[in-house]
Amino acid sequence: MTVTDQVSRTAARIDELRSEGRAALVGYLPVGYPDLEGSIAAARQMVAAGVDIVELGVPYSDPVMDGPMIQRAVEHALASGTRVRDTLRAVEGVAETGVPVLVMTYWNPVVRYGVDAFARDLAAAGGAGLITPDLIPDEAGEWLTASQEHGLDRVFLVAPSSTSERLAMTASASRGFVYAASTMGVTGTRASVGSDAERLVADTRRAGAERVCVGLGVSTAEQAAEVAGYADGVIVGSALVRALVDAESAAAGLDGIAEVAQDLATGIRGARR
Amino acid sequence: MTATQDQPSPQEVGPTTQAAGSGPYFGDFGGRFVPEALIEALDELATEYDKAKADPEFGAELSRLHRTYTGRPSIITEVPRFAAHCGGARVILKREDLNHTGSHKINNVLGQALLTKRLGKSRVIAETGAGQHGVATATAAALFDLDCVIYMGEEDTRRQALNVARMRLLGAEVVPVTTGSRTLKDAINEALRDWVTNVDSTNYVFGTVGGPHPFPAMVRDLQRIIGVEARQQVLDLTGRLPDVIAACVGGGSNAIGIFHAFLDDTDVRLVGLEAGGDGVESGRHAATISGGAPGVLHGARSFLLQDEDGQTVESHSISAGLDYPGVGPEHSWLSTIGRAEYRPITDAQAMEAFRLLCRTEGIIPAIESAHALAGAMQLGQELTAQGEDPPVILVNLSGRGDKDVETAAEWFSLLDEGTS
Repeated sequence: MTVTDQVSRTAARIDELRSEGRAALVGYLPVGYPDLEGSIAAARQMVAAGVDIVELGVPYSDPVMDGPMIQRAVEHALASGTRVRDTLRAVEGVAETGVPVLVMTYWNPVVRYGVDAFARDLAAAGGAGLITPDLIPDEAGEWLTASQEHGLDRVFLVAPSSTSERLAMTASASRGFVYAASTMGVTGTRASVGSDAERLVADTRRAGAERVCVGLGVSTAEQAAEVAGYADGVIVGSALVRALVDAESAAAGLDGIAEVAQDLATGIRGARR
Repeated sequence: MTATQDQPSPQEVGPTTQAAGSGPYFGDFGGRFVPEALIEALDELATEYDKAKADPEFGAELSRLHRTYTGRPSIITEVPRFAAHCGGARVILKREDLNHTGSHKINNVLGQALLTKRLGKSRVIAETGAGQHGVATATAAALFDLDCVIYMGEEDTRRQALNVARMRLLGAEVVPVTTGSRTLKDAINEALRDWVTNVDSTNYVFGTVGGPHPFPAMVRDLQRIIGVEARQQVLDLTGRLPDVIAACVGGGSNAIGIFHAFLDDTDVRLVGLEAGGDGVESGRHAATISGGAPGVLHGARSFLLQDEDGQTVESHSISAGLDYPGVGPEHSWLSTIGRAEYRPITDAQAMEAFRLLCRTEGIIPAIESAHALAGAMQLGQELTAQGEDPPVILVNLSGRGDKDVETAAEWFSLLDEGTS
């Protein structure tokens, strides 16, 4: 038996939660903010506070899908010397908690590292797979092969503008779940989650996706509850990053993370499904 | 005639032109490395562009604009006094500096503005470094009554304050970008973020032959008129094709524009001059092909300046228009297959060529184009050393230097001397 036959841990976790009658809470934090150890501690803290699946971001110089909050944190992480290989250390540190750990990365750092080498090292570090905001399945040949080889999840994005053909193609290329961008735009907190999101989740399921999680603009317990009513997972980034950025000390940052994560987890558990 | 009246008909297409194709890939380079959210807009743009290419109306309208607004065809000028510094070669300039708005950028934006109208969109956005593409886009937006937002690195708005004022005079909103290195690459990031958010109403008028498909092929097609005109003009003047074509390369739109019509003239050497800054060995340069490695940036796989982690490295050049860590994918391909050569020109070499053209011919070039002139000086000396008959070098003078007077005055300490 090859690793290819292994079931996605991310998918298994989502299915498990589904059988408990709720959606997964997926929390994003960038590696290296406020520093490497601090980012590991923050991610472990959000797991302790109720995050089900962790998404660790690789700091990148040109993050075109990210809004000001995440840009700021990532710039800081890079300026203080965070390296791509630090991501693998962070993955190890967070995977110890037992939750699936995905890595969110723009494509060039992986290309530079070597696609197969990165997949191999990510798998060895206990990582579950990659979320690739600027890689569409059409361009992902090398990654499809490497992820298959190393038993990793491939989380591709769909958007409200995606055609039904592209939804089907993306659903079939994905492993773990499909990331539905709630709105046309970049990461960041918003007053409301777009009404496009629910329709997109339904369309993506119809196109063949078994698990669809929603991200972009979800920041409050109410929004999380609303999304949890129709999606398999709720992805939160900027609101968690903000708790770190706004904190006056490392300890306060961890308290802030716990508070935001708990609040979101409560929201999700109270969702009507 | 079609939009493509300046393009060869299929039976005229030689093997290299055919291999260059129309994207998305140029050999291993190109593609669409962008968020899924942009794919629909890119597909829509590619489809509309294909329709426009086949529509005689589009071609006729673009030709009319070039004739009555841009000032095409642009002339060629032989420059013997400058050529005396080029080892005795004959040097001919293609005068894109005489176009309306002062550079080749207008060729591209008029085509894209027409496309914006065809797409039924009312707003255009663009990135700009030195401000030339921003000014050209603002100009086209005024002409076509489109809302216009130009993203410009905060650092560049400071360095090119007069161009900011020009764009505002033309009715554009100029947004200083304060993230990252606050230069052109960050302006592109911010424009992409705007586009993802406002794609329904907005067309992104990309300024160079980079970015995701269809931009590299589309911008090349719109700039191709430079080479098509120049090829005939040089034939008329000299009775033969040039031995070498020299063009500066930042993203590479003026270079691809003049190279493309000569791709199958295998005796014509195509030489791209990159911004060598303080010298490639210093690490402070923007010579992407000479000093970079393949990777993915701003939607395409191409050469780029990056560190060992794949983080984009800041580029350096005295010329803001060449100060970009990426390059169009077709150039990466032309370099890899050996059809075009790329070499760095330092700031000092470019400024010496700048000074010479001013003094010998009464033409103040853009500092970008001065890199191509410096290349002609090197190439002329190399070729005549090889003992050939006086070689003919065609230089794409992509822009005029009005915008660079302050930089030049500083470089040559003209303001301190009082009189010069």
